[in-house]
Amino acid sequence: MIVTRHHWVVRITHWVNALALTIMVASGLRIFNAYPAFARKGETFCCYPFEHVAIPSALTFGGWLAGARNWHFAMMWVLVLNGLVYLGFIYLHGEWRDLVPRRGMVRDVVQMLRFYLFLRRDHPVQGKHNALQRGTYFALPIVGAMAVVTGVAIWKPVQLAWLSGLLGGYVWARYWHFLAMLLLVVLSVVHVFMVFAVDPYSMRSMITGGYNEELSPEARNARPFYHLLPRFRGRATTPEQP
Amino acid sequence: MSIDRRRFFALGGATLSTALLAACDARGPRAAEKLLRYAERKNESLERWLLRHTSMDHGASSRLAGAAFPSYFISPTVPIWDEAARGAWTLSITGLVRAPLRLTLAQLMRLPHVTQRVNHYCVEGWTAVSEWTGVRVRDLAALAGADPAAQYVDFQSFDEAYHESWDLESALHPQTLVAYGLDGQMLGPAHGAPARVHSPVKLGYKNTKYLTTLAFMPARNGGYWSDQGYEWYGGT
Repeated sequence: MIVTRHHWVVRITHWVNALALTIMVASGLRIFNAYPAFARKGETFCCYPFEHVAIPSALTFGGWLAGARNWHFAMMWVLVLNGLVYLGFIYLHGEWRDLVPRRGMVRDVVQMLRFYLFLRRDHPVQGKHNALQRGTYFALPIVGAMAVVTGVAIWKPVQLAWLSGLLGGYVWARYWHFLAMLLLVVLSVVHVFMVFAVDPYSMRSMITGGYNEELSPEARNARPFYHLLPRFRGRATTPEQP
Repeated sequence: MSIDRRRFFALGGATLSTALLAACDARGPRAAEKLLRYAERKNESLERWLLRHTSMDHGASSRLAGAAFPSYFISPTVPIWDEAARGAWTLSITGLVRAPLRLTLAQLMRLPHVTQRVNHYCVEGWTAVSEWTGVRVRDLAALAGADPAAQYVDFQSFDEAYHESWDLESALHPQTLVAYGLDGQMLGPAHGAPARVHSPVKLGYKNTKYLTTLAFMPARNGGYWSDQGYEWYGGT
């Protein structure tokens, strides 16, 4: 049965976020390449093994430092405002209930991992999202907020000195900003991989909103690259007809 | 020519991927320029609103950058004031002022000075802690009797045509100096001798080295890097 899975506000903010985040990451990497290190001049930095190794320019955007900065400082508003619209909407409209961690979450995560690792035969019963998704979609706005806060601290290290001070100073604020970016990228890459490897049918639900529940990973008993096609629908859960 | 749906999506996908690939390491679409300028103007208003003369930078307890402090100039070689050809170096304070001034280095050094241990924030992302000695720009402005209508200051140099103009509020910040001393010694040619602007409230490129002139102006006058695309405001 086709149901509307994502409200149009969620769909639009999702794709605006995808575009804004891509530009923020790529222009941020171009900015980083102007000084791909964290140490103050005349000092060393403990915690980054790749100091002075530039990011491949194919992963960057903006062309040069000034261009990348202009993009970064413009697109940050799109990212923030879009994020606020999304959070405000899911708060008022109730979608947050599908995203906040609930009791037994750790157990559910373990069961999902066991299923993906073939240590469990049947897909755990889930609601809209499985426990791994729930955790990821809950963490993403938090990591995003961290990226924004650390970014503001780097932007205004003197006028908002209390903020960069809170983060351990300018050098550390830059480092936290980089780590937040890295975490966002890792979560997003895994997210996109799982869309194609486990639930490509969800692509439709993020474009038109429609979702065929008979094709859900739970109904297909789908692991990454397992039972991708609809002919497996229901085999694990529906009993044989007499 | 008609194409079926599958072919349409395949073609569309291929076109989109090509466009995205071509966008990598690119400056982005031309049409975006206007929007980027608009965002820069809005950011500037916000930054000017945030600026407080009581927000001070402190150069942590970390080591001084010393010889690791990078040296940048736009001339092909280190700019050095040639006294034989140009006479003694002087600092001019001109424009919308009641009493234009011409100070020799000795006269400048006789004015009340401060020594401050602060960060230098480079637009590239690095910072360096140093001890700067010099005269506050606000004291020079008072000395020359800067007109309140002068909302901008242009800091000019003898490093080719390098200059950067500032908003008056940032120039009058107590940590904005015309500096002639670095880490307890006279400023060397690598770092802008005989005197330069130094302030933690602006990014490095706004801090004109090899300084010759402070021009108080009714309008902004761009700058070497800000004319090429870096933010004119460049505040920290």
